[in-house]
Amino acid sequence: MSSVILVSIIMSVVGVSTPILLAALGELVVEKSGVLNLGVEGMMLIGAISGFAVTYTTGSPWIGVIAAAFFGTLSALIFGFLTLTLTSNQVATGLALTIFGISLSSLVGESFTGLTIPAFGSIFPDALADSPLLRLVFGHSPIVYFSILMTFAVSWFLGRTRSGLILRAVGENDHSAHSIGYPVIAVRYAAVAFGGAMAGIAGSFYSMMLTPMWAEQLTAGRGWIALALVVFALWRPWRLFFGAYLFGLVMTLELQTKAAGYTFFPPEFMAALPYIATIVVLAAISMRRSGGTAAPACLGRPFKATT
Amino acid sequence: MTEFNRRTLLGALGAAATLPLVPGVALAQDGPLKIGFVYIGPVGDFGWTYAHEQGRLQLVEELGDAVETTIVENVAEGPDAERIIRQLAQDGNQLIFTTSFGYMNPTIKVAKQFPDVYFEHATGYQRADNVATYNARFYQGRAVIGTIASMMSETGTAGYIASFPIPEVVMGINAFTLAARKINPDFQTNVVWVSTWYDPAKEADAARALMDQGADMITQHTDSPAALQAAEERGVFAFGQASDMSRFAPTAHLTAIEDHWGPYYVKRAQAVLDGTWESSDTWAGMAEGEVVMSEYRDNVPEDVQAAALAIEAGIKDGSFEIFTGPIYDQEGELRVAEGVTLTDAEKASMDWFVQGVVS
Repeated sequence: MSSVILVSIIMSVVGVSTPILLAALGELVVEKSGVLNLGVEGMMLIGAISGFAVTYTTGSPWIGVIAAAFFGTLSALIFGFLTLTLTSNQVATGLALTIFGISLSSLVGESFTGLTIPAFGSIFPDALADSPLLRLVFGHSPIVYFSILMTFAVSWFLGRTRSGLILRAVGENDHSAHSIGYPVIAVRYAAVAFGGAMAGIAGSFYSMMLTPMWAEQLTAGRGWIALALVVFALWRPWRLFFGAYLFGLVMTLELQTKAAGYTFFPPEFMAALPYIATIVVLAAISMRRSGGTAAPACLGRPFKATT
Repeated sequence: MTEFNRRTLLGALGAAATLPLVPGVALAQDGPLKIGFVYIGPVGDFGWTYAHEQGRLQLVEELGDAVETTIVENVAEGPDAERIIRQLAQDGNQLIFTTSFGYMNPTIKVAKQFPDVYFEHATGYQRADNVATYNARFYQGRAVIGTIASMMSETGTAGYIASFPIPEVVMGINAFTLAARKINPDFQTNVVWVSTWYDPAKEADAARALMDQGADMITQHTDSPAALQAAEERGVFAFGQASDMSRFAPTAHLTAIEDHWGPYYVKRAQAVLDGTWESSDTWAGMAEGEVVMSEYRDNVPEDVQAAALAIEAGIKDGSFEIFTGPIYDQEGELRVAEGVTLTDAEKASMDWFVQGVVS
């Protein structure tokens, strides 16, 4: 296999993995704080249309990405208000957020359908990405480097900082955290907002980089895969990183082998694979009695201060 | 036009569910003929649903105040479809177009309850006294782009992004490959099945994989323009699907197979207005103007344009039929003898690939 093809395959893997990694990292932090937000797909679509629309209007992809993060956060805060302040059911509200995101992005996107923008690709000078090997290092969109940076950041934040510890405490036992004086609702609001920003940026990676255009339901269900990946990774950032890249690798190799004329699995099986893997992991962790499950203990439970 | 989406309509249904149903009564009314359209995707997909929407717009433009149309987008094939078709019938629509294969059983079921409402189901094969079916011969367009691809390809390999192995898709792949191999007997079509009609990121990745493996012509039987963008990025040529997609890939886009449903929609609505509507099975193509090639531009060399136009002319006057033997299958066995042409029924149930298809 020539190095050009190999590089091209790796670039594809990065392209498939990056948005899923970003969205899943955000959701991981949200779930660690004890909130289950099933609206990832909707927030991604809101991010996708905002990123595209703002980039198209202003001509600057940087402002586009910031807008994607901003509107992703805004939509997450609606979810936060409903579930945290009004203590509505998180599952139902999350699903509603997805439907809301699909509809709102279609509505706003109507006037942006059929337009294109330049892809938000590498910002390094072309000379640096001349040879195939250098392309692997310098040839990516800034969002790709950001996603790797965020994996370090989230891992360090959750595992090594006091704030991260508080966030985990809130997710594991909200009443205890409350009784020793931590602001449970405020922490959860912050986590939900972060999740929205990450999902927004993830969505913008589709409309600004992978397929630089707007089309309805552009993300085509990737938000659900991100949700599944959080469970698959047992709520650990680096497992999440490898899970996302494993997923990207499997998906890319599947297309590559088929393009080369080989078929190992029926395509329907490949489409179902992330969900099958999640079910297997869920079954495995629920069978493992010692040490309890890996899920945050308060995941999905609304919190109301009793004092 | 009244516009619903699935959810507002379902909300209305929730309210209506408590009322007793009075089956079989479509109230005769003065005023415009009410026509309903059920769509599988968003009208902004630039593919299948977009083409149906263009047809509806033509209907509205030509018949004006005589008709009043309602559309419902993003209707999943299954129980949802049945409720929505029934709701449209209850709302007094007298002609209802259901535009996806999976709406077949719900359409037939609802049609039994509303014998005075006329139904038109796209791409299906079940009919009733008040249910007609219609489809277009897209494979004719595939034969034209196969010719162009073969004449312009340097590697002799095309990449084909395919959705599901149903006869409609298999027929297209075969027509494309047969036409290409008439020009270059060694031509090869590499097929990637993506198991979806619409997933832009995956369609683009499939196109990239095909280009990595040596394809220098990209064509697709999926609905988004993403593959064209991927081709544009690499300087490879590609073909649009269902509508002219050249705005997404100005240099890569050679032509597209456009679906023109408008003439059929106008004709059928007019028949209802005239009281001459009858159940029928229509499979029209280039000759009737339902399948149209996007205008060839400068990136198609003149001799290639001439060859493509000659095929188009042959299809229109009936002298050229792509599924005429000898046709060999993937294993090299003779499937259609010399001089024999496949019947429409044989085409519509095609489940084998011709020589040159790698899938």
